[in-house]
Amino acid sequence: MNRTKGDEEEYWNSSKFKAFTFDDEDDELSQLKESKRAVNSLRDFVDDEDDDDLERVNWSGEPVGRRTRPGSFQSLSDALSDVPPKSYAPELGRPKGEYRDYSNDWSPSDTVRRLRKGKVCSLERFRSLQDKLQLLEEAVSMHDGNVITAVLIFLKRTLSKEILFRELEVRQVALRHLIHFLKEIGDQKLLLDLFRFLDRTEELALSHYREHLNIQDPEKRKEFLKTCIGLPFSAEDSAHIQDHYTLLERQIIIEANDRHLESAGQTEIFRKHPRKASILNMPLVTTLFYSCFYHYTEAEGTFSSPVNLKKTFKIPDKQYVLTALAARAKLRAWHDVDALFTTKNWLGYTKKRAPIGFHRVVEILHKNSAPVQILQEYINLVEDVDTKLNLATKFKCHDVVIDTCRDLKDRQQLLAYRSKVDKGSAEEEKIDAILNSSQIRWKN
Amino acid sequence: MASAIGSLPQHPETTEKSRPVPENSEANGGAGCPAQDPDVGSHGADPLPGKKDLFIEADLMSPLDRIANVSILKQHEVDKLYKVENKPALSSNEQLCFLVRPRIKNMRYVASLVNADKLAGRTRKYKVIFSPQKFHACEMVLEEEGVFGDVSCDEWAFSLLPLDVDLLSMELPEFFRDYFLEGDQRWINTVAQALHLLSTLYGPFPSCYGIGRCSKMSYELWRKMGEEEDGETKGRRPEIGHIFLLDRDVDFVTALCSQVVYEGLVDDTFRIKCGSVDFGPEVTSSDRSLKVLLNAEDKVFNEIRNEHFSNVFGFLSQKARNLQAQYDRRRGMDIKQMKNFVSQELKGLKQEHRLLSVHIGACESIMKKKTKQDFQELIKTEHALLEGFSIRESTSYIEEHIDRQVSPIESLRLMCLLSITENGLIPKEYRSLKTQYLQSYGPEHLLTFSNLRRAGLLTEQAPGDTLTAVESKVSKLVTDKAAGKITDAFSSLAKRSNFRAISKKLNLIPRVDGEYDLKVPRDMAYVFSGAYVPLSCRLIEQVLERRSWQGLDEVVRLLNCGELAFTDMTKEDKASSESLRLILVVFLGGCTFSEISALRFLGREKGYRFIFLTTAVTNSARLMEAMSEVKA
Repeated sequence: MNRTKGDEEEYWNSSKFKAFTFDDEDDELSQLKESKRAVNSLRDFVDDEDDDDLERVNWSGEPVGRRTRPGSFQSLSDALSDVPPKSYAPELGRPKGEYRDYSNDWSPSDTVRRLRKGKVCSLERFRSLQDKLQLLEEAVSMHDGNVITAVLIFLKRTLSKEILFRELEVRQVALRHLIHFLKEIGDQKLLLDLFRFLDRTEELALSHYREHLNIQDPEKRKEFLKTCIGLPFSAEDSAHIQDHYTLLERQIIIEANDRHLESAGQTEIFRKHPRKASILNMPLVTTLFYSCFYHYTEAEGTFSSPVNLKKTFKIPDKQYVLTALAARAKLRAWHDVDALFTTKNWLGYTKKRAPIGFHRVVEILHKNSAPVQILQEYINLVEDVDTKLNLATKFKCHDVVIDTCRDLKDRQQLLAYRSKVDKGSAEEEKIDAILNSSQIRWKN
Repeated sequence: MASAIGSLPQHPETTEKSRPVPENSEANGGAGCPAQDPDVGSHGADPLPGKKDLFIEADLMSPLDRIANVSILKQHEVDKLYKVENKPALSSNEQLCFLVRPRIKNMRYVASLVNADKLAGRTRKYKVIFSPQKFHACEMVLEEEGVFGDVSCDEWAFSLLPLDVDLLSMELPEFFRDYFLEGDQRWINTVAQALHLLSTLYGPFPSCYGIGRCSKMSYELWRKMGEEEDGETKGRRPEIGHIFLLDRDVDFVTALCSQVVYEGLVDDTFRIKCGSVDFGPEVTSSDRSLKVLLNAEDKVFNEIRNEHFSNVFGFLSQKARNLQAQYDRRRGMDIKQMKNFVSQELKGLKQEHRLLSVHIGACESIMKKKTKQDFQELIKTEHALLEGFSIRESTSYIEEHIDRQVSPIESLRLMCLLSITENGLIPKEYRSLKTQYLQSYGPEHLLTFSNLRRAGLLTEQAPGDTLTAVESKVSKLVTDKAAGKITDAFSSLAKRSNFRAISKKLNLIPRVDGEYDLKVPRDMAYVFSGAYVPLSCRLIEQVLERRSWQGLDEVVRLLNCGELAFTDMTKEDKASSESLRLILVVFLGGCTFSEISALRFLGREKGYRFIFLTTAVTNSARLMEAMSEVKA
C-alpha cells in the first residue's frame, strides 16, 4: 500500500491518543503515595463496618464512595484525556477529580479495567488476602496478561512468598505469568524457590543450568557446569549434563595445548592448516571433527585423540565414521579413508565395510573433490545397481558405468552412454570394444 | 483524518483511544486494510519537541520503514538514529528518545543510560515510546532502577500494519513464544484492540467463529471492550461478513512443512521481512543486494505468488518471450509511433523487465539452493510423515540429517513434524534422536528440547492413555494441594496432537488417482504439491460451509478444543450479501504464506474474499527459532 507523503505526515502528526504519562511529577507523586498510605492505614481503624455499604466521606467531608459517583460525575479532564492532572498534592479539599486515580474504592473490576487501559492505579487498598486474590481473579478473568502481571508484582511485594506460592499453585494461569515474569526480570532466586515449592524439580534443574549461557569465561563456565551435575534432572538429562561438563573440560585442555603448538610453529598440520576458531564451546561432533583433523594418529591415551573422544562420549560407530571420513577427506588423506572401511576377518582376509552406506561415502568424498580413481573404488562398493549407476553417471566415473552396463548386458544403455563420452576418448574405445565383443549375450 | 473526539457519543472512558471515523471504508474494494494512526506524537505533535536522537529497537525498524522515512524523522528534529543495542550510547544530544517494544531488557538499557548520565552529573531529557503498548512490568523496572520520573513514557499504538491488499500484520513475532511457550497473555489485549479497531472501521461482524484458548480469550476481551463502549457499532451496516479466529497450536503441522508455493518458498529461502525481501548478489547477479517490496503492486509477483513452484519457471519464461515481442514491435515503427512507444509503453516494459529479471534470479537461486540440499528427498520424507507411512525410513533420514550437522533448525523441524504426526515419539527413539542432536549441535539445546516439550511440539509418547485419564481426574480436584502437585506435571500447554485421526476425519490427504495436476489445482492441497490440505484452512472451509461447528464435534474434540470452539451469530439481515462474502481470518501465533495462498484459492473457488490478520507472518524456521535456546 503506497501512501503519499502527505498521508505519512498525517500519521505522525494527527495523533489523538494521549497516552498516560508520568511526566516529571514523581516527587509529588511519591509524597502523595506516602500520605495516601498513611491515610489508608488510618481508615482501617475508622471503617470497621462493611466498606461498600457505607458512603465514604473524605476529610473535606465530601462523599467519595463508589455509590455516589455516577457517570456524570466523572470530571471532564478525566474523560477527555488520559493525562492525569498535573499535580497530586496531599492537601485535603482538593477537587475530587484529582483524587480519582488514588481513590480507595475502585472495585476489583474497576481497578482491573483501569490497569488494562494502562492507567496508574494504586493497589494499596487491597490488603486482605481475600481482596488480593479477588483482584487477581478479576485480572485473570479479563485475560489481559499485562494486568495479571501488574497484580502479581503487587502480590509479590505484599505477600510472603510461601503464601504467594501456595495461592498460585492452584491458579495456573497466574502462576505461568509469575514464572515468565521472574524469568524476564532475572529473579533467579525466587524462581528457583518457586520451583522448589512446587516440586517441579526438573524445571528447577534446567533453570539453574540455563545460567551457564551467561558465563563467558570457559574456566568459570566449567566450574558452574560442575555444580549442575548433581541437580535433579531426569536420568537421561543427567548424563547429558555430565557429558557437557566433560566436553568443556576436554576442550579447555585441547585448546590450551593446541594454541601453544600452533604459536610454536613446529607442528606441520597447524602450519599447513591454521585453526580458524577456538574449539571451546563447540558441539561434540565438531570437536570430534577437529580431533580427526588435527590429532588423528594420536594414541588413545591422550585427551585429544579421536578414539578417546569416541570412547568417553560413547559416540556411535556411524557418527564416528561419518565425521572421521569428512575430516580425512578434507585433508585428502585417502589412505586413512581406505583404512576407515577396511576390516579383517579371522582368516586375515580384508573386506570393505561402511556403517553409513557407501553411497553416502561417495557423496562425502565427492564433496571433498576426491580423484576419480578413489571415487570409482567406492562407487563399485555400492550394492544397489541403480544407485551405483546413478552415482557413477553423476560423478563421471566412466569405467564403472561401462562395466556395470556390460554386467547387466544392457546394450541400449551402453549405446546411450557412448553419446555422452568424448569422441575418440579411451572410454569410447572401451565401449566400442565391448559392443563389438561376441562374448556377451546382450539382453537388448 | 479528522479528530474523532467530541464527534461521537462516547462513554467517558472511551476517549482515550480515539478511532478513525468509521466512514465509507471500502471493505470490498482494494483496501481491505485500514490505515492506522501511529500515535507517535501523543500530544498531537512531537512527543519530545526540539532536537533529539532517536534510538530504535531493531525489530521495529522494518515496520517503521513501511510508514516513515528519514526525512520525516528529520522534520521531527531527529538528529541521529541509533539501534538499541547492548552498548553504551555515544549520543551527545540533550534529548534522547527511545522507540522500543515493552521489554524488560530495553528498560534496563534505558535505565543504564540514565544512571550513567546521573553519575556523570549530566542532565538530559529521556522519552520512551512503547510500541504497541506499555506494560506495567516495564514501569516497575524503571521504578526499581531509580529512573522513574527521569524518563517519560508514551505509547505508539501501532498494531496493524497493512502488508498487502488482503494482509494485515501486527508484527508481533514474539507473540508465539510468549503465549504458546510461556503461557503469557500479555498480547491478548493488543489483539482485542486490533479487532476492536477493525470493527469500528468495518461495522459489527455478523458471525464469529473461533477455535483455541487464545482465540476465545481474545474474543471475550474484545467483546468486553465493545460493551464498555457500546453505541459504537450499533446500527452500522456490517461490511465484513465473517470473522474466524484460530490459534496456531490448533495446527502446528501446516506451519512446519516446507513451503512450495512461490511466495512461501521465497519466505523460506530469503526471509520476507515486513512485506519486503533483500535479494543478495546471488539473485541480482551484480555485486549489490536489492530490496524488493513484495505485494500485489508487483504485477509479475502477483501472478506467481500463489503458484506451485513448478509452474513458476514456465510462466516467467513465457512472460519474458511476450516482453521480447513487445520490445520487438518497435522495429518498423515510424517516428510518431516510436515517440508514442517511448513515452507511453517503454516505461511499463522496462519496469516489467526489471521485475521479471528479479524473479527469474530468485527462482534460479532457489533452484540452486534446493538442489544442493536434496530438496526432493526432503519433500518425500515430509510427505511420508504426513501420510504416516515408512516411519522407520523417515526417522533414519532425520537421524542422518542430524549426524551430518545439516542445519540445526531443519533437523529440529523434521523431528517436530515426526512427533506431531505420530502423536509423540517412541521413548527409545526420542532419546536417541535427542542425544544425537545434542552431540551435533551443542549440549545447551537440552533447554530447547525442554521448550519444545512444553509447547507440545516435540514429545515422547506416554505409555498408554492413562496419563490423560489421571489428568482429567486430577483437574477435578484442583483445590487439593497434593492433586495440585500432580497437575503440575501436566501443567504445560502441551496436548496430544491426534493428527492421524484428524487427518482422516477431515480428509487432509487427498486420494490421488494418477498425477496431481499442479497447473490446474483442484483443491487447497496444491500448496503442498497435492499431498496435504492444510489443516487450518480445511477447518475454516468446513465451518464456513456449515456456518457453525456443527458436525465437527469429533474433530474439535481431537483437537483438544472441546470448550474452545465457538460460534457467535448475530442477525445477518443487515448484512448485504456482498459483505457476507468477505471474511476476516485471524491467526494468533502467526500464519504462513502457504495458508494464505490456500485460502486465496478457496476464495476464488467459492466466491469468498479473505482478509488475513496475523500476529506475524511465520514459517517453520521462525517457529523453531522461537523455541531455540541459543547463545546470545
